[in-house]
Order: sequence, then C-alpha cells, then structure tokens
Amino acid sequence: MRVEAKLLLFLGLFFGAMCAVYWTWSLENAGGVMMFSGMLLCFLPGSYYLWWSRRMKMRPEDDPTATTEGGAGVVGSFPGSSIFPFLMGMGAFLVVLALVFGIWFLIPGLALAVWALLGGTAEGRRGGKI
Amino acid sequence: MSHTTATPISEHDSHDEHHGPSGLLNWLTTTDHKIIGLSYTITAVVMLVIGGALAELIRAQLASSNGHLVSFAQYNELFTMHGSVMIYLFAGPFAFGALANIIVPIQIGAPDMAFPRLNALSYWLYLTGSITMLLGFFTTGGAANFGWVGYAPLTSSLNAPGAGADLWIGGLMLTGFSAIFTGVNLVATIFYLRAPGMTMFRMPIFTWNLLVTAILILLAFPVLTAGLIMLYADRHFGTHIFSVAGGGVPVLWQHIFWFWGHPEVYILALPFFGMATEIIAVFSKKPVFGYKGMIFATISIAALSLGVWAHHMFTTGVVLLPFFSIMSLLIAVPTGIKIFNWIGTMWRGEIWFSTAMLMSIGFLITFLIGGLTGIYLASPPLDFFTHDTYFVVAHFHSVVMALVLAGMGGLYYWGPKITGYLLNERLGKAQFWFLFIGTQVFTFPQYILGLQGMPRRMAVYPLHNEWVSLNALSSVGALLIGVSTLFFVVNIIVSWKKYPAGDNPWDAQTLEWFTTSPPPHHNFYRLPQIRSERPTWDHNHPEHKSIAHGTHEE
Repeated sequence: MRVEAKLLLFLGLFFGAMCAVYWTWSLENAGGVMMFSGMLLCFLPGSYYLWWSRRMKMRPEDDPTATTEGGAGVVGSFPGSSIFPFLMGMGAFLVVLALVFGIWFLIPGLALAVWALLGGTAEGRRGGKI
Repeated sequence: MSHTTATPISEHDSHDEHHGPSGLLNWLTTTDHKIIGLSYTITAVVMLVIGGALAELIRAQLASSNGHLVSFAQYNELFTMHGSVMIYLFAGPFAFGALANIIVPIQIGAPDMAFPRLNALSYWLYLTGSITMLLGFFTTGGAANFGWVGYAPLTSSLNAPGAGADLWIGGLMLTGFSAIFTGVNLVATIFYLRAPGMTMFRMPIFTWNLLVTAILILLAFPVLTAGLIMLYADRHFGTHIFSVAGGGVPVLWQHIFWFWGHPEVYILALPFFGMATEIIAVFSKKPVFGYKGMIFATISIAALSLGVWAHHMFTTGVVLLPFFSIMSLLIAVPTGIKIFNWIGTMWRGEIWFSTAMLMSIGFLITFLIGGLTGIYLASPPLDFFTHDTYFVVAHFHSVVMALVLAGMGGLYYWGPKITGYLLNERLGKAQFWFLFIGTQVFTFPQYILGLQGMPRRMAVYPLHNEWVSLNALSSVGALLIGVSTLFFVVNIIVSWKKYPAGDNPWDAQTLEWFTTSPPPHHNFYRLPQIRSERPTWDHNHPEHKSIAHGTHEE
C-alpha cells in the first residue's frame, strides 16, 4: 500500500508546486483553483493510504515473496447478476431527456432511479443471484 | 453473490461455474467485467464506424473547392458530431471502458472489477449517453453545431437554440459520469484486488497506464461535468456565467474545457501506449526495455498534463504563454523516453511481424509525427501562425489515428483471449497497410494546407489549384482509411469461430495468457507464482526466467 500512497502523494505535491508557481505568476483564478483541487484530490486518499499502510500487515499483493497459497481465503463478494444497474442507467437516461424534452420525463426517470437505488442497496445487503 | 477465493486451484472448481441468466437477460443483468467489456468494445466500434462515416462525408464535401454535398449548416453539424463521437464516444470508452475492463482484472489476477454493479452502471450510462448525443440528428434543429469543444458564446441559447445542443450536453454528462465511475473502479481494482506476489512494480505496463489514466479521469472529468452544468444553467436558468452581456466570462469555458481537455488527450493516449508496449514486447520476444522508466514516464506525462491546458488558448491573449509553453515542451521528455524504450524493446529482438505488431509499429511512426508537430504547436510564435488552420487538424489526426492503429493492434492481440479465436492474419495485414498508408495520405496534405493558411471548419474554400489537389489527396486518404475498416469487418465475418487460438497463441508474457481463452467466470482456475512482471513467461520458460528488478544475474 505504500507505493500506492507515494504515487498519489507525489502527484499531489507536484500539483501543489505547479499551482503555487502558476498562481503567483499569472494571478489567474480558474486554473489556480482547479490545480489546487487536483492537489487536494490526491492528498486526501494518498495521506489516508500512507497512514493506513504503517498500521496494517503486509498484504500478499505487496509481498514480493508471497505464494498463491498465502493469499488464500475470501477475496471479496461479487454479485453474479443484477438488474439494478440497468434500471439506474435507464433512470438517468430519462432524467437527462427531461432536461431536453420536458419535465414529464422526470417521473419515470426518478421512479426508476429510486427503485434501482433501493433495490440495489437491499440486494447488496442480502446478496444477489449468482 | 459469490465469495471468491484467491486460490481456486482445481480445474473446474465448482463455485467458479456461472449459473446466471442467459441471452438478452444475461446482457441486461450481467456484472461480469468480460461481458461488460465486450459490450463496451462493440458499442465503441459502432461509434468508430458512425464517426468514420461522418468523416467520409466531410472529406467528400471538401474533395472539391465548392462542394454541394451538404449545406453549411449540415457541415457544422458534421464536424461537431464527428469530433464528439470520435473523442467522447469512441476513443475514450474504447480505451478505458472496453479493453481495460476485460484485460486489467485478468492481468493482475483478480476475479472481477472491485465494484461489478458500478461497472455495469458505467456501461449503461455510456450507452445511453451515446444515444442521447446522437438523438440530436433526429430533432428538427439538427444535431449540435458549435464544434466538439463547445466554445462560448457559440453554445448560448441564442446561437444554438435547438434541442441538439441540449442533447449534446446531456449525452456528455452521462458519458462523463460513466467515465468517473470507471475511474473509481479501476483504481480500487488495481489497489485492492491484485493476486499474491503481484506487487505494484510487477504489474504489466498496460495496467500501470490504466491506473494512471484512471487517476487522471478522476482529476479531470468532474471539471467538465461542472462546466456542463454551468453551461446548461446559462442556456435555461438565466445565469450568465459564460455570457459577456450578463457580466460573465466566455473564456472561462475554455479554461474549464481544456483543464479537462488536455488531460483527456492523455486519458485517451496512455491506454493505447500500454497496448503498444505489451504488443511490442511480446512480438520482439523480449521483456519491456526500461520497465520502471516506462512507468515513471507515464506518471510524469500525467503530472505534466494537468498544467498544459492553456496551450490551446494561446491566441486568446489572456494566458500565461511562458508557463504553458514550458510545461507543454516538457511533456516531450517522458514521451521521448517511451519512444526510446519501445525501440529498445525491439532492438535485437526476435521480431514477429504479426498484424498486432505491424499496427504497433504503425502507431509508433504515426504518433512520432503527431508528437513532433505537437512540439511546434507548444511554441507560441508557431502556434499563433498555425492556430485554427489545417496544421492543427493534421496534428491531432496524426495523434488519434496513431491511437486507432494501436487500438486495432490491441484487438488483434487480445481478441483471441476474449473470444477464443484468432482473426485472419492476411486480411489483418491488408487492413494495416490501408490504414497506415491512408492515415499518412490523409494527414500530410493537411499539414501543407495548414502552413499555407487554410482555416479549419470551412465547408468551401477558394478555387486555388494547390488547395484543390491537396484536399482531393486528403480525401483519398480518408477513403483508404474507410476501406481498411471494411477489411476489419470482412475479417470478423471470415474468421468467425474458424481459427481456435488456444490459451497463449503468441507465447505472451503476462498473466492474462495463463488462463483459458476465453477465461472462465472469475477468470482463473489456478494462478502461477508471481515473481516478475512476466509470470506466464516465467512459468512457460523456466530456463529463461525474468530477472527481478534490483538484482543482478550471477
């Protein structure tokens, strides 16, 4: 996890330095704000990973001598199939069409999105079909 | 919900069998990264064909000085939608949605993407976003017509009043969210789901490039989405963010757009760099030359790419020329390292000129041309001279056609892993020559036209003998590129389930070639020990094992 943390922190530091040079040189706000935000976006997860990497055991994927057996156990839970991403996608589609063709598209759009949100959450808790 | 373990050793391990729905329901409900990736691939290739057809119409119009194939208004729609389809709906999604989705989890020994349902949602947003944008052609006012960059004030409700502009904005929002979700998924997958022993500095270059691409997506795409919301508010809610009349600043759109737009160039390019790197190493029968150098070059390109946006805005007169010029020129250094390393990988290799390898060499040459002309444009005096001329059009078409070459190489290289079948090599090579020669015939006259001052986005041009012949030549190039696409389609039909590939037809090096073709549900029946960035090579060639980084051969 240390390499991941260092990658993000390096990018954050670079964007911070670039932002400082750019803003003091140009006094242009839009670019300065965007680069500053980029720096924060890298520092936020980067510093968390660095903090966490010092407190956790070395993971098999970080260990150059790890064997496949060393990583045995549950990797994670993977839903086999789910209709809710499709419903959410269709809901978002209708919401966007509402922005163009008329507000009435919002009714089926939001209904589908809320259904997908609730259904997907419930499915995540109980486990979906394999 | 299946719980997946890291070591499914036994052949046909029962929990790895998939018992989900089949047919259309399977496609609608799947969360398998391979099927989602395949859906992305097919959709992106359809978008390539649509975008290509629009390009052929543009070139047909320009084949003579006073073409009457389309009206001026239709021509505006054509170049806007050609650029939009190619950049937003083909190149990006093909790079980080299609092949990345299929290949990255397998390259790092993961059973799937970290968030499979979010991955499926990304695809549905991409598909619906593409449909939304294309719906503009079916509205009374026609599709968006203000150029793919959507500069203010051309996008105002006064200048672009139709539904086509709103559909363009809506489609971009949907595909933007799709990209952001894919970025989250790629970063989480690469950080958390690598196989034991697959340390960060053993990941294949393709995966590394996708990781950096995903970080760039997360930094850049939210800016564009925010800009689109502001643009929509200007058009419909009476705000004046980009309108001078209400005290707004039109050039702010350019800052926002290009703060996304230039990293987007590398969001498009880095995955294709990764494809070419893998292909060149495998078909040179060598490890990647300067593996760590390649990674640091990728990171440097990404870091610098966030500080170069305003080189697209030199002629606005309101940007800091030295800063953006220096930053843009600096990008040539890591890019040069990459080109040096690609040549180094081939150097004294046992080169096999397969279709994938030819496409990658074609990519290298074409990208070099596009990259070098990019260096000219990074210099303000030269940029002032060539801005908004065909020189710029030629430059970025050299770059994107290089990416198309690399992407085609990727399809020929990984296609057998995805489908289990090889494509016909003779037809593939014919496709390559048409594509490669067509690209050069298409772009070279445009460089000259640009230097002679021909502006871009003109439906007609003065009857000047040299301009007429150069434009006609460029149109012939476009036709050759179109013919190359026909070869690809014919190849798919001719090769359909004809040439079984086996698990590793290229004697390739990385982990995806260790599993079956196509891979099973959750990808692996067993995994090899991972001791280098070439675990499959190490397993298949114990006599020629890779030397770990930082050690020396005794």
